Amino acid sequence: MTARITGSTGAPYARIMSVGSYRPERVVTNDEVCLRIDSTDEWIRERSGIVERRYAAADESVVDLAVNAAGKALAASGVAPDQVGFVLVATVTHPYPTPSAAAEVAFRLGAINAGATDISSACAGFCYGLAMAQDMIRCGSAEYVVLVGVEKLTDWIDLTDRSTAFIFADGAGAVVVGPSQEPAIGPVVWGSDGSQLDAICMTQSLTDYRDHGGTRFPTLSMKGQQVFRWAVSEMSKVSNQALERAGVSADDLDAFIPHQANMRITDALIRALKLPAHVPVARDIETTGNTSAASIPIAMDRMLATGEVPHGGTALLIGFGAGLAYAAQVATLP
Amino acid sequence: MSQEIQDGLAVIINEVAGVPVEDVKLDKSFIDDLDIDSLSMVEVVMAAEDKWGVKIPDSDVKNLRTVGDAVDYIAKATA
Repeated sequence: MTARITGSTGAPYARIMSVGSYRPERVVTNDEVCLRIDSTDEWIRERSGIVERRYAAADESVVDLAVNAAGKALAASGVAPDQVGFVLVATVTHPYPTPSAAAEVAFRLGAINAGATDISSACAGFCYGLAMAQDMIRCGSAEYVVLVGVEKLTDWIDLTDRSTAFIFADGAGAVVVGPSQEPAIGPVVWGSDGSQLDAICMTQSLTDYRDHGGTRFPTLSMKGQQVFRWAVSEMSKVSNQALERAGVSADDLDAFIPHQANMRITDALIRALKLPAHVPVARDIETTGNTSAASIPIAMDRMLATGEVPHGGTALLIGFGAGLAYAAQVATLP
Repeated sequence: MSQEIQDGLAVIINEVAGVPVEDVKLDKSFIDDLDIDSLSMVEVVMAAEDKWGVKIPDSDVKNLRTVGDAVDYIAKATA
């Protein structure tokens, strides 16, 4: 006789309860970046919209950045650390294959009852995590989830590579996701395209570097035009699908918060989406650079803090990057 | 047909890069005359692909130096 297993039951819906972010202290101007690459402040602004970015200190780890942002989000949520059922950390720059960054983040937050794992979906990681957090809560695997997007990309880029050095930076953003009686996170639209792995990738694996590497440590490389074309043509469709699945029209949005990949991608997406002019758009890349998995929650925190978008407003979120992985959903802002 | 393509391209280039429609002439270079950089060029190409139902791979985009080059490419691809 087969034993009967008791199934889990969770909350009807989930919502983002709070957001917190951490920008490292050190501001790096375009002029400083140009000390190592053949470029100019004007060219970088024109091609990316970036004016300055933040670099973490040498002794500041991915986990340090994550704990800082997650601590702020947790405090703002009113959820006690021991109530957290899961800690998800979206990152591709934690320098250890194991143990996970999430296990250490959970420990340092005092989330002693939490499961913990990392999400490796690069710039799509935050939106992947938001969908996973919502599913955990609705299925009863966790009541509260701490979701962090964090990167210390400066450890993994070649600061003399003029196609990437000016774009990437360091930072962390976090949200607490909890139960809700009303739908507050729309259905996710996600996917990946492994046929374009070379569009954004590492120059070689760590084991190849160990065995045949020579002097060049593996760093991030990117085919900018290929990524631009994919992002604008495909992500406008994915954005529209996310709106459609949530039953929300672009006109109803209080904010559009795309991954802060490049201001030119954001502008092209706005054109492709025919986004109404009254919808505020995240442009945090200007002073934060591209922080991959961290960019959406950092931008969200800033837009709420400056009053540019209202608490409880409706936002379209979309992350996209290496993999080529992407995820989008409509969510109610905390 | 070529005139139609040129007119259509002018509208696209105006929308993407704000270049006045009347400046988009066959002998104009995208980069040097119209100040369209590689990212804007990708947007122009994508809009052209949608409009005329053609495929313009990245490997061909770099050979499209002038408006005339693009008009010829699209005319051939739609012939």
